[in-house]
Amino acid sequence: MPEQPYEPERAIAGTGMGGTMDLGASEAVTLDRTPGGPAGPGPADRPRSLWSDAWRDLRRNPVFLVSGLIIVFLVFISLWPSAITSGSPFTCDLAKAQDGAQPGHPFGYDGQGCDVYTRTVYGARTSVTVGLCATLGVALTGSVLGGLAGWFGGPWDSVLSRITDVFFAIPVVLGGLVLLSVVTTNTVWPVVGFMVLLGWPQISRIARGSVITVKQNDYVQAARALGASDARILLRHIAPNAVAPVIVVATIALGTYISLEATLSYLGVGLKPPSISWGIDISAASPYLRNAPHALLWPSGALAVTVLAFIMLGDAVRDALDPKLR
Amino acid sequence: MLLEVRDLHVEFRTRDGIAHAVNGVSYSVEAGETLAVLGESGSGKSVTAQAVMGILDVPPGRITGGRILFRGQDLLKLKGEERRRIRGAEMAMIFQDALSALNPVLSVGDQLGEMFVVHRGMSRKDARARAVELMDRVRIPAAAQRVRDYPHQFSGGMRQRIMIAMALALEPALVIADEPTTALDVTVQAQVMDLLADLQREYRMGLTLITHDLGVVADVADKIAVMYAGRIVESAPVHDIYKAPAHPYTRGLLDSIPRLDRKGRELYAIKGLPPSLMAVPAGCSFNPRCPMAQDVCRTDEPPLYEVDQQRGSACHFWRECLHGRRG
Repeated sequence: MPEQPYEPERAIAGTGMGGTMDLGASEAVTLDRTPGGPAGPGPADRPRSLWSDAWRDLRRNPVFLVSGLIIVFLVFISLWPSAITSGSPFTCDLAKAQDGAQPGHPFGYDGQGCDVYTRTVYGARTSVTVGLCATLGVALTGSVLGGLAGWFGGPWDSVLSRITDVFFAIPVVLGGLVLLSVVTTNTVWPVVGFMVLLGWPQISRIARGSVITVKQNDYVQAARALGASDARILLRHIAPNAVAPVIVVATIALGTYISLEATLSYLGVGLKPPSISWGIDISAASPYLRNAPHALLWPSGALAVTVLAFIMLGDAVRDALDPKLR
Repeated sequence: MLLEVRDLHVEFRTRDGIAHAVNGVSYSVEAGETLAVLGESGSGKSVTAQAVMGILDVPPGRITGGRILFRGQDLLKLKGEERRRIRGAEMAMIFQDALSALNPVLSVGDQLGEMFVVHRGMSRKDARARAVELMDRVRIPAAAQRVRDYPHQFSGGMRQRIMIAMALALEPALVIADEPTTALDVTVQAQVMDLLADLQREYRMGLTLITHDLGVVADVADKIAVMYAGRIVESAPVHDIYKAPAHPYTRGLLDSIPRLDRKGRELYAIKGLPPSLMAVPAGCSFNPRCPMAQDVCRTDEPPLYEVDQQRGSACHFWRECLHGRRG
């Protein structure tokens, strides 16, 4: 075996003449994707993958930047609401009920004389917690169950697909009214649990389809031919390649979980007072709509902006992760 | 004997019926020897290879008969886990299209290193060092810098080298290469084939080269098995076949190679299409396309006649074919 690395392909590509008509042209074109281009791999040559490519795309996407800023702000005020408010959401003065904006109280007062600004800020915590936890739960449950169904196929797949269909058939609001009306604890967890229960089939279907697509790839067969175990194939070769659609759908679904929480709270089966939630505030303000529209407007506006931000984020992530759109 | 396939039968159960992909294939490979398995797509050459490797998709595929002896041990009798340990370490496979056979989200170093992590229980760091060595071995320039790169950052030829490096990582005794150069352009094909031949000599491994390219075969193979409709129709040492084929199908394949001395003339083509594996013709499966076919070919399936000690031909009229008389 010759010791010297003789490399004509590389040499041709190394000239960087991607347009030359020699046989190495196709090789050169392939190599041109390497950052740093014709100079070949240098110290500045960063490895690129689907994920780093996606991140590069995202950083340049104004939709991602705007939605990202809104979400960072929301997470911040959920963790430290007192950073931008001085009052307590429970300090209410009936004498000021339905009053409009005043210095120090830019959003005015609601029907109970509570400060709308403070309550709107404190309400973010519920929405963000419910949204994130429900999405996390749905994504984990759905991708594990759906992924295994796609991987094992056969009877497992059939059984799981039928169970999925059953859950799809449950109307969300009706299901919520029935199931959550029996809950007595006043925390976000029953609501989160309910969303996971009804939300996982959506992710499960996507994960199943995605795993079925990925497992037909040659590299899965190649990994098996070179002695990788099933667990290794699943975790190292299938999961990283199948997870992108799950992330996209989960991010978009996050917004809808937040609005679902508000819906359920509005209907009185989600969170109940004295918990603070935009849904509760919207519900409480709706009787006074004509006298004090601001009490309805601010929490609804906050809800709308939050949901929009997450859906925009999902859109941007989808654009970045879908190689066909590049 | 390193590998011996005896009377292997594989079928696929589909909605439209049972496809008989492999119908009684027998061949053998010794250490240091190169066997070329030649055939059109659908002739069962890849399915045979998958059955040997144990990566056949079951279901719909099913091995319905035969034995696969690897160093005398019947692989079909092994348990899944025992079989898995052999794959990669003792026998390995090189795939056709390295771009799709390499995982796009793992760096090539990770994928090469995985061989040592899986089979040798090495740490990631040691495995990476071995990966660089391997890349050097298959003559990838600047291996130490490129080990962190992802498959799409390499050219086609380089990717196939990485695929070869992965297959040869643990110095297996047997390597099956499934059309290793088909996806490459001609100059790169020659380099990759040379590399493979060099490494084979160095490690003295048995190589099964699956291909439909007779040109590739002539340079590297020691013997050839020609497959048609799931059967071996001719097997012979490589030079004998080129000198005088003993089966009309082999003759047809050889005649359809473009040759410089016949420049400008119309290229010969075997008329007709390969048979559907759902309905293989009675008698000799090649009879509808065969220029030499007689009545007996439509009724009696020819066994693999012994032409001489090293040659076999599944044609009733192998003598006529061998001596160049047609029909």
